[in-house]
Amino acid sequence: MAVTQMKSTTSAAQAPQSKPSPMGAHIAVKGLSHTYRKHDGRVLENIDFEINPGEIIALLGRSGCGKSTLLHMLSGLTQPSEGEVVINGNTVRAPSPKWVMMFQAPSLYPWLTVTKNAALGLRFSRRNGEIAARVPEILRLVDLEAFADRNVQELSGGQQQRVALARSLVPRPEVLLLDEPFSALDAFTRRNLQQDVRAIARDLGLTLVIVTHDVGEAVRMADRVIVLQSNPGRVAKDTRIDLAEDERGGGTEGFQREHTRLMGIYSHVADIADMPTENDFTQI
Amino acid sequence: MSDMAQIPSLRIGLPRLGKARGLVNAVIGIALLLGLWWLGGRHVANDPDMFAFANFAPEPTLKRLWSMIGSGEVVKMSGPSLERIGLGLFYAIAIGVPVGILIGRVARANEIANVPFQFLRMISPLAWMPIAVMAFDTWDGAIVFLIVMAAVWPILFSTAAGIRRIDPAWLKVARNLGANPFHMLFAVILPAIAIDILTGIRLALGVAWVVLVPAEYLGVTSGLGYAINDARDTLDYDRLAATVVVIGIIGFTLDAAANLLIKKFNWVRAAH
Repeated sequence: MAVTQMKSTTSAAQAPQSKPSPMGAHIAVKGLSHTYRKHDGRVLENIDFEINPGEIIALLGRSGCGKSTLLHMLSGLTQPSEGEVVINGNTVRAPSPKWVMMFQAPSLYPWLTVTKNAALGLRFSRRNGEIAARVPEILRLVDLEAFADRNVQELSGGQQQRVALARSLVPRPEVLLLDEPFSALDAFTRRNLQQDVRAIARDLGLTLVIVTHDVGEAVRMADRVIVLQSNPGRVAKDTRIDLAEDERGGGTEGFQREHTRLMGIYSHVADIADMPTENDFTQI
Repeated sequence: MSDMAQIPSLRIGLPRLGKARGLVNAVIGIALLLGLWWLGGRHVANDPDMFAFANFAPEPTLKRLWSMIGSGEVVKMSGPSLERIGLGLFYAIAIGVPVGILIGRVARANEIANVPFQFLRMISPLAWMPIAVMAFDTWDGAIVFLIVMAAVWPILFSTAAGIRRIDPAWLKVARNLGANPFHMLFAVILPAIAIDILTGIRLALGVAWVVLVPAEYLGVTSGLGYAINDARDTLDYDRLAATVVVIGIIGFTLDAAANLLIKKFNWVRAAH
């Protein structure tokens, strides 16, 4: 359906491009801890992991485990109290169009058209010359070319989130960070977007990090899942999702197997996180 | 069913106006106003104590207005007034918008400014008249100052209210996309609050226009306020009434123009 259609348009759109798509960036999170206020407990404690270029990662955890805070730190919107985030060898100190975050609400600018919303990243980085070629290309990629000149207020929730996706992709980011971006959408729209975003990220070679509390979403989208425990937020488990592309649609045996396995890990981590004693998770 | 069928027959006296409804009703309103004016004029003309003021009636007034338009007198007396209003509004916007953004964005600034601003706002701009006359070298300067004192508050408070209603996510997204403070202001904040600023300007225009005429009673020898005073002193009542009509028409036009601008910049679409 949508995915196959997307893919064909994608390859058609990519083929004549002179510039090659940027490869995703390498991300290293080193000894990262965070405290919001001096006397509060730690939200995040000693987080260490690496993400390879082009990898699709899900940060899975319950509400309040600090996964969203962690993502804000990857984006440079928040600075960690201790430790650092290193993207392609550079410590992240501020937001950049190279690592773009997408939020739960599309937060489009309602006074602008689809095209103008999508073009903002290029405008902000003084690359206005690229707008004319780049924006239509990305709108085609997210299936919105027919809506280019419409005001964003005329679009449905799913379409608005596609505009937000286009807005994130237009400045050619190396990393795309998604903060539960589909949770406000209906199930059908959500599935379509999950599949499409994975397909687009793979096509463009982006490094993709998705924050979610939905095990199904993690299995459908991620190559690798980092499960976080709460109080304080820590990496409890780092596991690969070994599924072929055609198994990710759900309903297949492989999907069921991975879903059950991940759900087991997730509920185990969530239960233990409620207890004050902090065991390590080697026995899982 | 028969009940329903009877309703239209009850409305025979009121023809359906359709698209012309707004226009027709406006004409009715104007006709009512003219009618009241005419009745008042007749009453004055027939009263032996007041017949000297008969030239206030619509007929002499409109005749005089026509000749004043023809002779260029209307343009001549409106020009300086419009200039003063324009200058006053310019300063009011130049002060009101930045200060409004500041007190809308910075809670501390708002807390500090709140009492002084509410205090100053409640003082009639005309109360500043003697001070303005002393403080400014020229009459024109004093008049523009009075207009600014009237016009700055609606612009300032409307801007601040607009700023407070900005979705914080718009700023976060812009920062995330690499916006610098200049982009933040011109690509996000100002378009988001354009409608609030314009609404403030519309209100400001209303009070400024009202303040203008008494302000022009000050020493100047041009403008609509001066024309009113001059006509009174020369017992030229048809000219006085014609000037009043000009003031009303220009005020109405300015307000309509502001309203058009508001419609143009209003990005809120009706829910579908």
